[in-house]
This record gives sequence, structure tokens and C-alpha cells, in this order.
Amino acid sequence: MKILTGNDLKTGRVIWWDGQGWSLHVEDAADVHDDGEAILAREEAACRVNGPMFIEGERTAEGVRPAHIKDRIRALGPTVRADLTLKPADPNAGNWVI
Amino acid sequence: MYKYDQYDDAMVRARVEDFRDQTRRRLEGKMTDDQFKPLRLKNGLYLQLHAYMLRIAIPYGTLNSTQLRKLAHIARTYDRGYGHFTTRQNIQFHWIKLEDAPDILGELADVEMHCIQTSGESIRNISADHYAGAAADEIMDPRPWAETLRQMTTFMPEFSYLPRKFKICVIAAEEDRAAMRWHDFGLRIVKNEAGEIGFEVYPGGGMGRTPFIAYKSSDFVPQHQIFSYLQAVLRVWNRHARRDNIHKQRMKILVHELGEEEFTRQVEEEFRHILTLGTDFPQAEYDRIAAYFTPPPFETGLPEEIDRSDPDFAVWIDQQIAPHKAPGYAIVNVSLKPIGGIGGDITAEQMEVVADLAERYSFDELRVAHTQNLVLPHVRKADLYAVWQQLRDAGLADANLDLVTDIIACPGLDYCSLANARSLPVAARIAERFADPAVQHDLGELKIKISGCINACGHHHAGHIGILGVDRKGTENYQLLLGGSGAEDVSQAKITGPGFDEAGVVDAVERAVNHYRTIREPGERFIDTYRRVGMEGFKEAIYG
Ligand code: HEM
Ligand code: SF4
Repeated sequence: MKILTGNDLKTGRVIWWDGQGWSLHVEDAADVHDDGEAILAREEAACRVNGPMFIEGERTAEGVRPAHIKDRIRALGPTVRADLTLKPADPNAGNWVI
Repeated sequence: MYKYDQYDDAMVRARVEDFRDQTRRRLEGKMTDDQFKPLRLKNGLYLQLHAYMLRIAIPYGTLNSTQLRKLAHIARTYDRGYGHFTTRQNIQFHWIKLEDAPDILGELADVEMHCIQTSGESIRNISADHYAGAAADEIMDPRPWAETLRQMTTFMPEFSYLPRKFKICVIAAEEDRAAMRWHDFGLRIVKNEAGEIGFEVYPGGGMGRTPFIAYKSSDFVPQHQIFSYLQAVLRVWNRHARRDNIHKQRMKILVHELGEEEFTRQVEEEFRHILTLGTDFPQAEYDRIAAYFTPPPFETGLPEEIDRSDPDFAVWIDQQIAPHKAPGYAIVNVSLKPIGGIGGDITAEQMEVVADLAERYSFDELRVAHTQNLVLPHVRKADLYAVWQQLRDAGLADANLDLVTDIIACPGLDYCSLANARSLPVAARIAERFADPAVQHDLGELKIKISGCINACGHHHAGHIGILGVDRKGTENYQLLLGGSGAEDVSQAKITGPGFDEAGVVDAVERAVNHYRTIREPGERFIDTYRRVGMEGFKEAIYG
């Protein structure tokens, strides 16, 4: 699937296009198919996203999985600080990125 | 320590207000990212993996307690409770919001700090020996010269559009504790036979994808001509630089392509010319700056003995203390390398503990080392036990200076958008593997340095053992290097062979270390053994 992601302009947080708006959770990411460029142009113009880009991913039993490890780390947070990730209660969450 | 005068203060504050306005316009959509990005980078604000990252300059690694407390306040108020000290003696915060950045710069200005020239094609934060002003072996405190050069090169139009970044380092001792020869422009303060102070000059060093060790272009430039010499070097570089190719723009490439002899010849020609222009630093200005670095009022008649009856304290003393120039004093190294933790990271609470210790026991002074540790430069030997107890209670009393667990590592793929692989977990696993204090001490000085990509922020080229993260078909892979040094015995590490995955590289390090243990001669450090026997034996031990 083709995913649209970037960083929130104000906060810098990693965000994922969910079909209607931006989500902090990669699980919500939508397949933008051929509409990506239009969404990107609109969202960038509206100053809601910084550094928007398209990445590859796939739907798995555990949810949406970006193809590249860098985007999986973006999705989760630093693997060396479980407490600062989006899954602070799960000490093994870092295994998902590998 | 240097104090801002009214001009410094006005300049920094005006810059903060400029940035406040620029940020407002960006948030209101009146500026595109392409327009705004160069402006935020000029103020040290990068976009990294999880948020904006703010890089704050710590000139020559010197801080006072007020400044460190301010950094603690920033960590707590605007970030997620911690900061990361870098190999360039700066600090980075990795969770900054754009909307907060102007306020943070304002808070920094309140304590005479800023983020200017922490990115881009400028003269970057000037680094220095972290023992400056305290070391028993220094000719003089190198910081007055670092500060003088800083003032001459900040906002200087001629230096604000250089071909590429330019890194200066100043030391004043035989021992090189600052990786001086890995900088674009390395300076060692020396005394000639007539007793005059001058500089040995080493241009053309640098890490990154094409590493070079700086060579010596002059044995002695009289101290008050150093700015002319620097200008001469920059002019030669400016004249020939390959502005068409980012990978060839660093000055080290030019030095390599022209050859050392020809580069020196051209620099000397320019130097003779520039001397006739009389642009050097006036003595009165230098004296004004140097006065800020007057040594603190050291007490005399202090005891030299240290009560070693507490065995844990004795272990720490033996590892973390360096000789001070004033009798009865010691230099204290504060380890930021807890076993299994994240090297260079420090929490807001720990910053406050160290700030309190600096204020109470070290004439309000602190240093950041390029090894990502902190230094309390002027502690009475009689106070060492009290200092140690407070460090221990704050989790800052590891006794591993220069040992196998004192690992330099860049933020790598956990934080950095340029990374290929993670550095921090590799460092943690290696430290855990060698955690036993007896093993660490038996191995002695062993410097492991890890970078998450070819940019070499983690100094892997200069590691006795270096590790470089690469991308191998979308997975993390690590190359192992041996034989580098950033010290006075400077050398560039060489790749051992095929790379490893994370677990594999930790095992490979262990095999290299075990090989050293088997074949070392008495008194040999890892690097000495490697230099004596060469790569082959190590390769066999590693790849079997
Ligand atoms: C996370 C954000 C960072 C980014 C985007 C970044 C970017 C870069 C780049 C592009 C280079 C190569 C420059 C060149 O060869 O011309 C470089 C070199 C370097 N960086 Fe970083 N860096 C980052 C963090 C750090 C950190 C955390 C440290 C210290 C631990 C550091 C210290 C250095 C050093 C020492 C070099 C080598 C200098 C040389 O080539 O002489 N950087 N960095
Ligand atoms: S070496 Fe590469 S991965 Fe590490 S901080 Fe520098 S740019 Fe990032």
C-alpha cells in the first residue's frame, strides 16, 4: 500500500494520513492510491504537515507495517527508550521494528 | 568564563526576535518549507525522526551552573526530560516543537547561549580540550584563543558562505584529548625556544565519508598572527573549492587534491599578503577576552592525600580523576555511560545535580567532553568523597573513563533521519557484554566509537574499535573497523571485512578483544597490540 506520512508542522510529531485527517498511529494509515499528490498538495498548503512523503507499506495481522525500518522507528519511537514510544507499557514493542 | 557584553547580548536577542517572526510567518502559512528550512537550520533547529531537534552550541564545551540549570529547565519544560551531549561538545534536544522554539532561544539568550552556527556552511562551534584551564600538562588555557576565534568568525560575512562546514579545535597540551587532528583546522598552542607562545597548525582533517587526518602546515605561527593564518587557509579553500559537488566541498578534499605541499605553499603566499593588511586581532581585544579566563582563586596549602578507605570510592578515584595544575585540586570526569544505558544522555534531574556540584565544588565551572561525558574541572581533593557520593546517588558515578564501556555513539536510527542503522542499542549490548568491572580494568584503555551512517558523527574512523552502520537491502548491517585513534597517536581505522547484524557485531567485538587478550604483551593497550601485529591475525580471530 502507498502511505502518506510526514511530521506535524507545529509539533514535529510523526503523522499518518488516515483518509480524512492525520493520525499519530500508523495503524490508522490509509492507502492513498492515486490521490496522494492532491492530498499532499492540499495539506502542505494548509500548513498541517512538514516534509510529507509517500512510503511503501503493507497490511499485516498486526496492522499496517511500513516497508522500511526507518519508518517503523518513526511509527513507534526510539527503540532504546520504550517509555518514550507510543507503546510505553510494552517493553518488547521495539521488536516490531526489526 | 567569557561574559556577553551589551553588543553580544543585543545581537543574540535581535536574532531571537527575527526567528520568532519567521516562525510565526511559517505557522501562518506565509512562508513555505523551502523558504523556512534554511532559516530554522541557521538557528540550530533540524527536523529529525520524531520531532524537531535543537542543537545548542556550548563554546569550547564550557558551561556554568546557571546555564546547565537552564538546559535542565528546557529539557523539562519543552522536551521530554533529558538532553544528549554530542561529540562536538554541544547538546541536542530531540523532542522540540516548532511553536516553542523561539521561546527556547529566548530562554537560552537569558543565560548567554544560542544555536547560531550549529549547522550549515559556517564555522561551527569551536571545540577545545575539555581539561582547558585545569590540566597539569597545558602550556596555557586554550579557551581565550578559542573565544577570540569564535568572536572573529561569528557573523563574519566572509565566513558565512563557506564552501562547506568548517570545524576548528584548539588544544594546548602534548596529549590530544579533543581529537584535534580530525578537525578542518586544528591548533596546538606551543612555546618556542624564546619562550613565545604560538600555534602548531593542522589543516585538512575531517571524518565523514572521506576521512582525512589533518597534517601539520606550520610548526609555529606567532599567536597574534593566527587570525591572518586562518583567513589565508579559508581563502585558498574558497578559491578552489568544489562548490559543484557536496561530497567534495570539505577542505580536506582540497588539501588531498592539491597535495599538502602545494596547499601549504598557497596558504603561505596568502598569509604573507594578509599580514600586510593588518587585520589581526588587536592585543587590547585579546587581553579583554583573556581576562575572562583568569584562573579561579585556587586555595593554597591544601592536602594532597585522599582517604581511600571506601573501596568503591577508591575504584572511582583511580579511573575518573585527572591531574590538576593547582596543588590540592583534581579534575573530575563524570561518566554519562551507565552500562546498558544511552551514552551522552542526561536527565534534567542529573543536570541539576551536576550544576549544584559545579557551583559548590568547582568554582561554578563545568565542561562537556567530546567523549560525551562531563567534567568538573576544579575540585579540591578533600571534597572528592562528597562529590562522589552525590554523583553516585544520581546514577553518575560509573568508573569507566576510557574503558571498553565508555563508548561514543551517535543517535543513529533511533533519532536521526540520515541514519542507516541504530548505534545506541549496539553500544548498550557491547557495554553489557563487558560489564564486569574486573574485565574492564583488565582490558584497560579501549575506545569504541559507533556511527549510524557514513557521516561519522560517532567518530568510528577514530575508534580503537569502530563500528559503522550501513543499509544492506533494507536491513541494518554493521561494519567493523580496527586501529583508529583520535588522540596524539592519531590514526584512521580500517575495515576488517564483511559486515554483521547487530548480535553479530557484538560477538565480533568480543572475538577481537579476546584475541588481544591472548596475544598482548605486558603493558600493551588494545591499539598497541593491533599496531604491532596488524590486521591479519585479528581478521582470522573475528571471521574464523
Ligand atoms: C541527529 C542529527 C544530526 C545530523 C542531521 C547530522 C549530520 C551530519 C552530516 C551530514 C555530517 C557529514 C558532514 C560532512 O562530511 O561534510 C556530520 C558529521 C559529523 N557530525 Fe553530525 N549530525 C547529527 C548529529 C550529530 C551528533 C549527535 C553528533 C555527536 C555525537 C554529531 C557530530 C558530528 C561529527 C563529529 C561529524 C564529523 C565531522 C567531520 O566530518 O569532520 N552529529 N553530521
Ligand atoms: S553518523 Fe549518521 S546516523 Fe549518526 S548522527 Fe550522524 S548523520 Fe545521524
